[in-house]
Amino acid sequence: MRTKTKFLAVPYLLWMTIFIIAPLLFVAYFAFTDSAGNFSFQNIIKLGDYIPVFITSIWLGAVAAFLCLIIAYPVAYFIANTSEKWQKFLIMLIMLPMCMSFLLRTIAWVSLLSDNGIINNTLTAIGLSPLPLIRNNGAVILGMVYNYLPFMIMPLYTVLVKMDSSVINAARDLGANSFQVFRRVILPMSLPGIVTGITMVFVPAVSTFYISRKLGNTSLTMIGDVIESQFKTAYNPNLGAAMSLGLMVLIFICMGIMNRFSKDEEDILL
Amino acid sequence: MKKFNKIFTVLVYIFLYAPILVLIVFSFNSTKSTIDFTGFTLKWYRELFTRPDLLKLLMNTLIIAVIASVVSTVLGTMAAVGISSMKRRSRSMVLTATNIPMTNPDIVTGVSLALLFVFAGTFLRINDVFGFWTLLIAHITFCLPYVILSVLPKIKQMDKNLTDAALDLGCTPTQSFFKIMLPEILPGIISGATMAFTLSLDDFVISYFVYGASFSTLPIEIYSYTKKPMPPTVFVLFTIMFTVIFLLLFFMNMAEYKKSKKKKIDL
Repeated sequence: MRTKTKFLAVPYLLWMTIFIIAPLLFVAYFAFTDSAGNFSFQNIIKLGDYIPVFITSIWLGAVAAFLCLIIAYPVAYFIANTSEKWQKFLIMLIMLPMCMSFLLRTIAWVSLLSDNGIINNTLTAIGLSPLPLIRNNGAVILGMVYNYLPFMIMPLYTVLVKMDSSVINAARDLGANSFQVFRRVILPMSLPGIVTGITMVFVPAVSTFYISRKLGNTSLTMIGDVIESQFKTAYNPNLGAAMSLGLMVLIFICMGIMNRFSKDEEDILL
Repeated sequence: MKKFNKIFTVLVYIFLYAPILVLIVFSFNSTKSTIDFTGFTLKWYRELFTRPDLLKLLMNTLIIAVIASVVSTVLGTMAAVGISSMKRRSRSMVLTATNIPMTNPDIVTGVSLALLFVFAGTFLRINDVFGFWTLLIAHITFCLPYVILSVLPKIKQMDKNLTDAALDLGCTPTQSFFKIMLPEILPGIISGATMAFTLSLDDFVISYFVYGASFSTLPIEIYSYTKKPMPPTVFVLFTIMFTVIFLLLFFMNMAEYKKSKKKKIDL
Protein backbone atom coordinates (compact mmCIF):
# COMPACT_ATOMS: atom_id res chain seq x y z
CA MET A 1 0.00 0.00 0.00
CA ARG A 2 2.63 2.47 1.14
CA THR A 3 4.87 1.88 -1.85
CA LYS A 4 1.98 2.00 -4.29
CA THR A 5 0.39 5.26 -3.15
CA LYS A 6 3.77 6.94 -3.57
CA PHE A 7 3.33 6.70 -7.34
CA LEU A 8 0.24 8.92 -7.19
CA ALA A 9 2.66 11.83 -6.92
CA VAL A 10 4.40 10.95 -10.18
CA PRO A 11 2.22 13.09 -12.51
CA TYR A 12 2.76 16.04 -10.21
CA LEU A 13 6.50 15.43 -10.01
CA LEU A 14 6.70 15.42 -13.80
CA TRP A 15 4.61 18.59 -14.02
CA MET A 16 6.76 20.27 -11.40
CA THR A 17 10.00 19.34 -13.14
CA ILE A 18 8.83 20.66 -16.49
CA PHE A 19 6.92 23.75 -15.40
CA ILE A 20 8.65 24.86 -12.19
CA ILE A 21 12.25 23.62 -12.20
CA ALA A 22 12.99 23.79 -15.94
CA PRO A 23 11.69 27.39 -16.34
CA LEU A 24 13.99 28.52 -13.54
CA LEU A 25 16.93 26.88 -15.30
CA PHE A 26 15.93 28.86 -18.39
CA VAL A 27 16.05 32.06 -16.35
CA ALA A 28 19.58 31.16 -15.21
CA TYR A 29 20.57 30.22 -18.77
CA PHE A 30 19.32 33.50 -20.24
CA ALA A 31 20.91 35.50 -17.43
CA PHE A 32 24.35 34.09 -18.23
CA THR A 33 24.22 34.31 -22.04
CA ASP A 34 24.13 37.16 -24.57
CA SER A 35 21.52 37.56 -27.29
CA ALA A 36 23.51 35.22 -29.56
CA GLY A 37 23.48 32.48 -26.93
CA ASN A 38 27.13 32.68 -25.91
CA PHE A 39 28.14 32.46 -22.29
CA SER A 40 28.65 35.91 -20.87
CA PHE A 41 28.62 37.93 -17.66
CA GLN A 42 27.50 41.13 -19.35
CA ASN A 43 23.93 40.97 -18.03
CA ILE A 44 25.05 40.31 -14.48
CA ILE A 45 27.57 43.16 -14.71
CA LYS A 46 24.82 45.39 -16.11
CA LEU A 47 22.80 44.75 -12.93
CA GLY A 48 25.25 47.15 -11.25
CA ASP A 49 23.52 50.01 -13.09
CA TYR A 50 20.26 49.02 -11.46
CA ILE A 51 21.42 49.09 -7.85
CA PRO A 52 19.38 52.28 -7.15
CA VAL A 53 16.32 50.51 -8.59
CA PHE A 54 16.87 47.57 -6.26
CA ILE A 55 17.34 49.89 -3.27
CA THR A 56 14.16 51.87 -4.05
CA SER A 57 12.14 48.67 -4.44
CA ILE A 58 13.43 47.16 -1.20
CA TRP A 59 12.79 50.41 0.64
CA LEU A 60 9.19 50.76 -0.62
CA GLY A 61 8.44 47.07 -0.04
CA ALA A 62 9.92 47.14 3.47
CA VAL A 63 7.98 50.27 4.47
CA ALA A 64 4.77 48.75 3.08
CA ALA A 65 5.37 45.47 4.97
CA PHE A 66 6.10 47.35 8.20
CA LEU A 67 2.98 49.53 7.89
CA CYS A 68 0.89 46.48 7.09
CA LEU A 69 2.15 44.81 10.27
CA ILE A 70 1.33 47.85 12.42
CA ILE A 71 -2.13 48.22 10.90
CA ALA A 72 -2.96 44.51 10.72
CA TYR A 73 -1.99 43.57 14.27
CA PRO A 74 -4.73 45.45 16.15
CA VAL A 75 -7.29 44.37 13.54
CA ALA A 76 -6.31 40.69 13.72
CA TYR A 77 -6.25 40.90 17.52
CA PHE A 78 -9.70 42.44 17.59
CA ILE A 79 -11.16 39.84 15.22
CA ALA A 80 -9.57 36.96 17.14
CA ASN A 81 -11.20 38.16 20.35
CA THR A 82 -14.76 38.63 19.13
CA SER A 83 -17.47 35.97 19.22
CA GLU A 84 -17.25 33.08 16.78
CA LYS A 85 -20.11 34.38 14.67
CA TRP A 86 -18.50 37.79 14.23
CA GLN A 87 -15.08 36.22 13.56
CA LYS A 88 -16.45 34.30 10.60
CA PHE A 89 -18.17 37.36 9.18
CA LEU A 90 -15.24 39.73 9.70
CA ILE A 91 -12.75 37.26 8.18
CA MET A 92 -15.05 36.85 5.20
CA LEU A 93 -14.99 40.63 4.74
CA ILE A 94 -11.18 40.57 4.83
CA MET A 95 -11.01 37.85 2.19
CA LEU A 96 -13.63 39.34 -0.09
CA PRO A 97 -11.43 42.15 -1.52
CA MET A 98 -8.72 39.54 -2.23
CA CYS A 99 -11.13 37.87 -4.65
CA MET A 100 -11.77 41.08 -6.56
CA SER A 101 -9.62 42.44 -9.37
CA PHE A 102 -6.64 44.24 -7.82
CA LEU A 103 -6.18 46.18 -11.06
CA LEU A 104 -9.61 47.77 -10.78
CA ARG A 105 -9.21 48.46 -7.08
CA THR A 106 -5.94 50.24 -7.81
CA ILE A 107 -7.66 52.26 -10.54
CA ALA A 108 -10.27 53.27 -7.96
CA TRP A 109 -7.44 54.73 -5.86
CA VAL A 110 -6.35 56.77 -8.88
CA SER A 111 -9.77 58.36 -9.10
CA LEU A 112 -9.78 58.92 -5.34
CA LEU A 113 -6.29 60.46 -5.13
CA SER A 114 -5.69 62.28 -8.41
CA ASP A 115 -5.21 66.07 -8.49
CA ASN A 116 -8.83 66.72 -9.40
CA GLY A 117 -10.01 63.42 -7.91
CA ILE A 118 -12.70 62.70 -5.37
CA ILE A 119 -10.70 63.57 -2.25
CA ASN A 120 -9.22 66.78 -3.65
CA ASN A 121 -12.58 67.88 -5.08
CA THR A 122 -14.10 67.41 -1.64
CA LEU A 123 -11.26 69.38 -0.06
CA THR A 124 -11.73 72.31 -2.45
CA ALA A 125 -15.50 72.16 -2.00
CA ILE A 126 -15.16 72.71 1.74
CA GLY A 127 -12.64 75.48 1.18
CA LEU A 128 -9.34 73.71 1.80
CA SER A 129 -6.43 73.65 -0.61
CA PRO A 130 -5.96 70.44 -2.61
CA LEU A 131 -3.13 68.10 -1.64
CA PRO A 132 -0.58 66.36 -3.88
CA LEU A 133 -1.86 62.87 -3.18
CA ILE A 134 -0.81 60.96 -6.27
CA ARG A 135 2.40 60.48 -8.30
CA ASN A 136 4.62 60.16 -5.25
CA ASN A 137 6.12 57.34 -3.18
CA GLY A 138 3.51 57.81 -0.48
CA ALA A 139 0.78 56.90 -2.96
CA VAL A 140 2.75 53.81 -4.04
CA ILE A 141 3.11 52.69 -0.41
CA LEU A 142 -0.59 53.34 0.15
CA GLY A 143 -1.42 51.19 -2.88
CA MET A 144 0.80 48.39 -1.58
CA VAL A 145 -0.61 48.53 1.94
CA TYR A 146 -4.13 48.56 0.56
CA ASN A 147 -3.59 45.61 -1.80
CA TYR A 148 -1.59 43.38 0.52
CA LEU A 149 -3.07 44.19 3.95
CA PRO A 150 -5.33 41.08 3.92
CA PHE A 151 -2.22 38.91 3.40
CA MET A 152 -0.94 40.25 6.72
CA ILE A 153 -4.23 40.09 8.63
CA MET A 154 -4.95 36.45 7.72
CA PRO A 155 -1.79 34.76 9.12
CA LEU A 156 -1.84 37.03 12.20
CA TYR A 157 -5.46 36.13 12.86
CA THR A 158 -4.65 32.43 12.45
CA VAL A 159 -1.97 32.49 15.17
CA LEU A 160 -3.84 34.85 17.48
CA VAL A 161 -7.07 32.87 17.43
CA LYS A 162 -5.23 29.68 18.38
CA MET A 163 -3.52 31.34 21.32
CA ASP A 164 -4.32 29.75 24.64
CA SER A 165 -5.99 32.44 26.78
CA SER A 166 -4.97 30.64 29.98
CA VAL A 167 -1.33 31.51 29.24
CA ILE A 168 -2.27 35.20 29.07
CA ASN A 169 -4.31 34.89 32.27
CA ALA A 170 -1.40 33.16 33.96
CA ALA A 171 0.93 36.01 32.99
CA ARG A 172 -1.60 38.50 34.41
CA ASP A 173 -1.96 36.52 37.63
CA LEU A 174 1.81 36.49 38.00
CA GLY A 175 1.77 40.29 37.98
CA ALA A 176 2.54 41.26 34.38
CA ASN A 177 0.94 44.50 33.22
CA SER A 178 -0.79 44.79 29.83
CA PHE A 179 2.36 45.93 28.07
CA GLN A 180 4.44 43.13 29.58
CA VAL A 181 1.79 40.55 28.65
CA PHE A 182 1.90 41.79 25.08
CA ARG A 183 5.70 42.06 24.87
CA ARG A 184 6.57 38.82 26.68
CA VAL A 185 3.65 36.52 25.86
CA ILE A 186 1.41 37.55 22.97
CA LEU A 187 4.09 38.96 20.65
CA PRO A 188 6.53 36.02 20.84
CA MET A 189 3.72 33.52 20.39
CA SER A 190 2.46 35.34 17.29
CA LEU A 191 5.93 35.49 15.72
CA PRO A 192 5.28 32.74 13.13
CA GLY A 193 2.27 34.72 11.89
CA ILE A 194 4.32 37.92 11.71
CA VAL A 195 7.04 36.21 9.66
CA THR A 196 4.51 34.68 7.23
CA GLY A 197 2.66 37.99 6.95
CA ILE A 198 5.79 40.03 6.23
CA THR A 199 6.83 37.50 3.58
CA MET A 200 3.42 37.57 1.93
CA VAL A 201 3.40 41.38 1.79
CA PHE A 202 7.04 42.06 1.01
CA VAL A 203 7.44 39.62 -1.91
CA PRO A 204 4.59 40.92 -4.10
CA ALA A 205 5.23 44.53 -3.02
CA VAL A 206 8.92 44.52 -3.92
CA SER A 207 8.22 43.02 -7.36
CA THR A 208 5.14 45.01 -8.37
CA PHE A 209 5.00 47.05 -11.55
CA TYR A 210 1.34 47.90 -11.77
CA ILE A 211 1.01 49.86 -8.52
CA SER A 212 4.15 51.90 -9.20
CA ARG A 213 2.95 52.76 -12.71
CA LYS A 214 -0.55 53.75 -11.67
CA LEU A 215 0.19 55.63 -8.46
CA GLY A 216 3.89 56.47 -8.55
CA ASN A 217 5.88 59.34 -9.99
CA THR A 218 6.76 58.85 -13.65
CA SER A 219 10.44 58.84 -12.70
CA LEU A 220 9.94 55.96 -10.26
CA THR A 221 11.35 52.67 -11.56
CA MET A 222 10.99 49.45 -9.61
CA ILE A 223 12.52 46.02 -10.25
CA GLY A 224 9.21 44.80 -11.70
CA ASP A 225 9.08 47.76 -14.13
CA VAL A 226 12.52 46.88 -15.49
CA ILE A 227 11.71 43.18 -15.90
CA GLU A 228 8.37 43.94 -17.56
CA SER A 229 9.87 46.40 -20.03
CA GLN A 230 12.76 44.07 -20.93
CA PHE A 231 10.29 41.37 -21.88
CA LYS A 232 7.45 43.42 -23.32
CA THR A 233 8.90 46.54 -24.96
CA ALA A 234 12.71 46.73 -24.95
CA TYR A 235 12.90 43.04 -25.77
CA ASN A 236 16.10 42.11 -24.04
CA PRO A 237 15.13 38.86 -22.30
CA ASN A 238 18.73 38.27 -21.24
CA LEU A 239 18.80 41.40 -19.10
CA GLY A 240 15.24 40.68 -17.95
CA ALA A 241 16.30 37.20 -16.86
CA ALA A 242 19.33 38.62 -15.04
CA MET A 243 17.03 41.07 -13.21
CA SER A 244 14.68 38.19 -12.29
CA LEU A 245 17.61 36.21 -10.98
CA GLY A 246 18.72 39.23 -8.97
CA LEU A 247 15.21 39.59 -7.56
CA MET A 248 15.10 35.92 -6.57
CA VAL A 249 18.48 36.12 -4.85
CA LEU A 250 17.41 39.30 -3.08
CA ILE A 251 14.23 37.73 -1.75
CA PHE A 252 16.13 34.61 -0.74
CA ILE A 253 18.56 36.75 1.29
CA CYS A 254 15.74 38.77 2.89
CA MET A 255 13.90 35.59 3.89
CA GLY A 256 17.11 34.15 5.29
CA ILE A 257 17.74 37.23 7.41
CA MET A 258 14.16 37.25 8.65
CA ASN A 259 14.08 33.57 9.55
CA ARG A 260 17.37 33.99 11.38
CA PHE A 261 16.04 37.01 13.23
CA SER A 262 12.80 35.32 14.18
CA LYS A 263 14.66 32.28 15.47
CA ASP A 264 16.97 34.40 17.61
CA GLU A 265 14.01 36.29 18.98
CA GLU A 266 12.25 33.06 19.86
CA ASP A 267 15.38 31.78 21.58
CA ILE A 268 15.66 34.91 23.69
CA LEU A 269 12.04 35.17 24.62
CA LEU A 270 11.09 31.59 25.19
CA MET B 1 -7.68 49.92 24.68
CA LYS B 2 -10.48 47.68 23.53
CA LYS B 3 -12.47 50.67 22.33
CA PHE B 4 -9.47 51.96 20.40
CA ASN B 5 -9.10 48.55 18.77
CA LYS B 6 -12.74 48.55 17.74
CA ILE B 7 -12.64 52.02 16.19
CA PHE B 8 -9.35 51.22 14.47
CA THR B 9 -10.75 48.00 13.00
CA VAL B 10 -13.80 49.85 11.67
CA LEU B 11 -11.49 52.42 10.04
CA VAL B 12 -9.42 49.66 8.40
CA TYR B 13 -12.57 48.08 6.99
CA ILE B 14 -13.61 51.46 5.58
CA PHE B 15 -10.15 51.77 4.03
CA LEU B 16 -10.49 48.29 2.46
CA TYR B 17 -13.94 48.95 1.05
CA ALA B 18 -13.71 52.62 -0.01
CA PRO B 19 -12.23 51.86 -3.47
CA ILE B 20 -14.74 49.04 -3.99
CA LEU B 21 -17.55 51.45 -3.15
CA VAL B 22 -16.13 53.97 -5.64
CA LEU B 23 -16.19 51.33 -8.40
CA ILE B 24 -19.76 50.31 -7.57
CA VAL B 25 -20.99 53.91 -7.45
CA PHE B 26 -19.42 54.75 -10.80
CA SER B 27 -21.04 51.76 -12.48
CA PHE B 28 -24.28 53.77 -12.05
CA ASN B 29 -22.80 57.07 -13.29
CA SER B 30 -24.52 58.69 -16.27
CA THR B 31 -21.22 59.87 -17.84
CA LYS B 32 -17.95 58.05 -18.35
CA SER B 33 -16.22 60.17 -15.70
CA THR B 34 -14.77 58.30 -12.74
CA ILE B 35 -14.47 61.49 -10.70
CA ASP B 36 -17.78 63.40 -10.90
CA PHE B 37 -21.01 61.60 -10.23
CA THR B 38 -23.38 63.31 -12.65
CA GLY B 39 -26.51 61.25 -12.27
CA PHE B 40 -27.91 57.78 -11.75
CA THR B 41 -28.34 55.46 -14.74
CA LEU B 42 -28.63 51.79 -15.55
CA LYS B 43 -27.60 52.19 -19.16
CA TRP B 44 -24.15 50.61 -18.66
CA TYR B 45 -25.85 47.54 -17.26
CA ARG B 46 -27.88 47.29 -20.44
CA GLU B 47 -24.83 48.01 -22.55
CA LEU B 48 -22.81 45.21 -20.93
CA PHE B 49 -25.15 42.63 -22.42
CA THR B 50 -24.91 44.20 -25.86
CA ARG B 51 -21.11 44.04 -25.75
CA PRO B 52 -20.06 40.53 -26.67
CA ASP B 53 -16.35 41.40 -26.35
CA LEU B 54 -16.42 41.85 -22.56
CA LEU B 55 -18.71 38.85 -22.04
CA LYS B 56 -16.40 36.75 -24.19
CA LEU B 57 -13.42 37.77 -22.05
CA LEU B 58 -15.37 36.93 -18.92
CA MET B 59 -16.19 33.55 -20.45
CA ASN B 60 -12.48 32.97 -21.27
CA THR B 61 -11.51 33.87 -17.71
CA LEU B 62 -14.10 31.47 -16.29
CA ILE B 63 -13.10 28.64 -18.66
CA ILE B 64 -9.46 28.91 -17.61
CA ALA B 65 -10.39 29.19 -13.93
CA VAL B 66 -12.69 26.14 -14.02
CA ILE B 67 -10.31 23.88 -15.95
CA ALA B 68 -7.25 25.03 -14.01
CA SER B 69 -8.91 24.52 -10.63
CA VAL B 70 -10.31 21.09 -11.56
CA VAL B 71 -7.01 19.81 -13.00
CA SER B 72 -4.92 21.24 -10.17
CA THR B 73 -7.31 19.84 -7.57
CA VAL B 74 -7.14 16.32 -9.01
CA LEU B 75 -3.38 16.39 -9.62
CA GLY B 76 -2.73 18.14 -6.33
CA THR B 77 -4.82 15.73 -4.25
CA MET B 78 -3.12 12.76 -5.88
CA ALA B 79 0.23 14.39 -5.23
CA ALA B 80 -0.63 15.09 -1.59
CA VAL B 81 -1.62 11.45 -1.03
CA GLY B 82 1.60 10.34 -2.72
CA ILE B 83 3.80 12.82 -0.88
CA SER B 84 2.37 11.81 2.51
CA SER B 85 3.53 8.23 1.97
CA MET B 86 7.03 9.21 0.87
CA LYS B 87 10.10 8.83 3.01
CA ARG B 88 11.03 11.87 5.03
CA ARG B 89 13.95 12.95 2.90
CA SER B 90 12.28 12.81 -0.50
CA ARG B 91 9.16 14.37 1.01
CA SER B 92 11.03 17.42 2.25
CA MET B 93 12.73 17.73 -1.13
CA VAL B 94 9.40 17.69 -2.99
CA LEU B 95 7.87 20.15 -0.54
CA THR B 96 10.77 22.56 -0.98
CA ALA B 97 10.19 22.51 -4.74
CA THR B 98 6.44 22.93 -4.16
CA ASN B 99 7.15 26.07 -2.17
CA ILE B 100 9.08 27.69 -5.03
CA PRO B 101 6.10 29.18 -6.92
CA MET B 102 4.61 30.38 -3.64
CA THR B 103 7.68 32.26 -2.44
CA ASN B 104 8.86 33.37 -5.86
CA PRO B 105 7.39 36.69 -7.00
CA ASP B 106 4.65 36.23 -9.61
CA ILE B 107 6.63 38.20 -12.13
CA VAL B 108 9.51 35.71 -11.95
CA THR B 109 7.13 32.76 -12.33
CA GLY B 110 5.55 34.46 -15.35
CA VAL B 111 8.85 35.34 -16.97
CA SER B 112 10.33 31.88 -16.41
CA LEU B 113 7.30 30.15 -17.94
CA ALA B 114 7.40 32.56 -20.89
CA LEU B 115 11.04 31.62 -21.54
CA LEU B 116 10.13 27.91 -21.40
CA PHE B 117 7.21 28.39 -23.79
CA VAL B 118 9.32 30.35 -26.28
CA PHE B 119 11.88 27.55 -26.23
CA ALA B 120 9.18 24.88 -26.61
CA GLY B 121 7.67 26.91 -29.45
CA THR B 122 10.88 27.04 -31.46
CA PHE B 123 11.67 23.43 -30.58
CA LEU B 124 8.28 22.11 -31.69
CA ARG B 125 8.09 24.61 -34.57
CA ILE B 126 4.84 26.15 -33.37
CA ASN B 127 4.45 29.57 -34.91
CA ASP B 128 2.57 31.43 -32.19
CA VAL B 129 2.95 29.40 -29.05
CA PHE B 130 1.20 31.84 -26.70
CA GLY B 131 -2.53 31.32 -26.32
CA PHE B 132 -5.05 29.15 -24.54
CA TRP B 133 -2.68 26.29 -23.71
CA THR B 134 0.16 28.38 -22.31
CA LEU B 135 -2.31 30.30 -20.18
CA LEU B 136 -3.92 27.10 -18.89
CA ILE B 137 -0.58 25.43 -18.11
CA ALA B 138 0.60 28.52 -16.24
CA HIS B 139 -2.59 28.69 -14.19
CA ILE B 140 -2.46 24.99 -13.29
CA THR B 141 1.19 25.44 -12.28
CA PHE B 142 0.58 28.28 -9.84
CA CYS B 143 -2.61 26.67 -8.42
CA LEU B 144 -1.05 23.26 -7.68
CA PRO B 145 1.00 24.23 -4.58
CA TYR B 146 -2.04 25.80 -2.91
CA VAL B 147 -4.08 22.61 -3.39
CA ILE B 148 -1.26 20.38 -2.12
CA LEU B 149 -0.58 22.52 0.92
CA SER B 150 -4.23 22.61 1.92
CA VAL B 151 -4.77 18.85 1.44
CA LEU B 152 -1.54 17.63 3.11
CA PRO B 153 -2.40 18.73 6.68
CA LYS B 154 -5.75 16.93 6.45
CA ILE B 155 -3.99 13.69 5.48
CA LYS B 156 -1.58 14.15 8.38
CA GLN B 157 -4.47 14.64 10.83
CA MET B 158 -6.14 11.46 9.61
CA ASP B 159 -5.95 8.24 11.59
CA LYS B 160 -3.71 5.96 9.50
CA ASN B 161 -5.30 2.87 11.10
CA LEU B 162 -8.60 3.61 9.38
CA THR B 163 -7.29 2.91 5.87
CA ASP B 164 -5.35 -0.10 7.15
CA ALA B 165 -8.53 -1.45 8.75
CA ALA B 166 -10.45 -0.95 5.52
CA LEU B 167 -7.77 -2.85 3.62
CA ASP B 168 -7.76 -5.65 6.19
CA LEU B 169 -11.52 -5.94 5.87
CA GLY B 170 -11.15 -6.56 2.15
CA CYS B 171 -11.44 -3.13 0.54
CA THR B 172 -9.35 -2.59 -2.56
CA PRO B 173 -6.96 0.37 -2.28
CA THR B 174 -9.24 2.35 -4.60
CA GLN B 175 -12.29 1.59 -2.47
CA SER B 176 -10.45 2.51 0.69
CA PHE B 177 -9.44 5.82 -0.87
CA PHE B 178 -12.94 6.78 -1.97
CA LYS B 179 -14.77 5.41 1.09
CA ILE B 180 -12.36 6.23 3.90
CA MET B 181 -9.79 8.80 2.94
CA LEU B 182 -11.75 11.08 0.62
CA PRO B 183 -14.50 12.00 3.11
CA GLU B 184 -11.83 12.74 5.73
CA ILE B 185 -9.72 15.03 3.56
CA LEU B 186 -12.63 16.60 1.65
CA PRO B 187 -12.57 19.93 3.57
CA GLY B 188 -8.92 20.37 2.55
CA ILE B 189 -9.71 19.53 -1.07
CA ILE B 190 -12.61 21.98 -1.15
CA SER B 191 -10.61 24.82 0.36
CA GLY B 192 -7.75 24.08 -2.04
CA ALA B 193 -10.08 24.07 -5.04
CA THR B 194 -11.75 27.33 -3.95
CA MET B 195 -8.38 28.97 -3.51
CA ALA B 196 -7.23 27.73 -6.92
CA PHE B 197 -10.38 29.05 -8.56
CA THR B 198 -10.19 32.53 -7.04
CA LEU B 199 -6.45 32.80 -7.69
CA SER B 200 -6.94 31.85 -11.31
CA LEU B 201 -9.89 34.21 -11.73
CA ASP B 202 -7.97 37.26 -10.58
CA ASP B 203 -4.46 36.46 -11.81
CA PHE B 204 -2.93 39.19 -13.88
CA VAL B 205 0.85 39.19 -13.46
CA ILE B 206 1.58 35.61 -14.57
CA SER B 207 -1.10 35.64 -17.30
CA TYR B 208 0.33 38.85 -18.69
CA PHE B 209 3.59 37.11 -19.64
CA VAL B 210 2.07 33.96 -21.13
CA TYR B 211 -1.10 35.11 -22.92
CA GLY B 212 -1.34 35.41 -26.67
CA ALA B 213 -3.37 37.51 -29.08
CA SER B 214 -5.59 34.49 -29.75
CA PHE B 215 -6.79 34.07 -26.17
CA SER B 216 -6.99 36.76 -23.54
CA THR B 217 -8.64 37.17 -20.13
CA LEU B 218 -10.44 39.92 -18.27
CA PRO B 219 -7.54 41.11 -16.09
CA ILE B 220 -5.34 41.48 -19.18
CA GLU B 221 -8.04 43.52 -20.91
CA ILE B 222 -8.40 45.71 -17.82
CA TYR B 223 -4.64 46.31 -17.83
CA SER B 224 -4.79 47.42 -21.46
CA TYR B 225 -7.01 50.34 -20.42
CA THR B 226 -3.91 52.07 -19.09
CA LYS B 227 -3.73 53.89 -22.39
CA LYS B 228 -7.40 54.07 -23.44
CA PRO B 229 -10.21 55.27 -21.12
CA MET B 230 -11.99 52.64 -19.08
CA PRO B 231 -15.56 51.97 -20.22
CA PRO B 232 -18.07 51.97 -17.32
CA THR B 233 -19.24 48.51 -18.43
CA VAL B 234 -16.09 47.17 -16.74
CA PHE B 235 -17.32 48.64 -13.45
CA VAL B 236 -20.69 47.03 -14.09
CA LEU B 237 -19.01 43.66 -14.46
CA PHE B 238 -17.04 44.34 -11.28
CA THR B 239 -20.21 45.22 -9.37
CA ILE B 240 -21.99 42.07 -10.55
CA MET B 241 -19.02 39.86 -9.70
CA PHE B 242 -18.64 41.52 -6.30
CA THR B 243 -22.30 40.90 -5.49
CA VAL B 244 -22.15 37.27 -6.61
CA ILE B 245 -18.97 36.50 -4.64
CA PHE B 246 -20.26 38.36 -1.59
CA LEU B 247 -23.52 36.39 -1.54
CA LEU B 248 -21.70 33.13 -2.18
CA LEU B 249 -19.25 33.67 0.68
CA PHE B 250 -22.00 34.93 2.94
CA PHE B 251 -24.25 31.91 2.50
CA MET B 252 -21.34 29.49 2.68
CA ASN B 253 -20.38 31.06 6.01
CA MET B 254 -23.96 30.94 7.27
CA ALA B 255 -24.28 27.27 6.37
CA GLU B 256 -20.97 26.44 8.02
CA TYR B 257 -21.87 28.39 11.14
CA LYS B 258 -25.22 26.66 11.47
CA LYS B 259 -23.56 23.28 10.99
CA SER B 260 -20.90 23.95 13.64
CA LYS B 261 -23.56 25.22 16.05
CA LYS B 262 -25.65 22.10 15.53
CA LYS B 263 -22.60 19.93 16.12
CA LYS B 264 -21.99 21.66 19.43
CA ILE B 265 -25.55 21.02 20.56
CA ASP B 266 -25.32 17.39 19.50
CA LEU B 267 -22.19 16.94 21.56
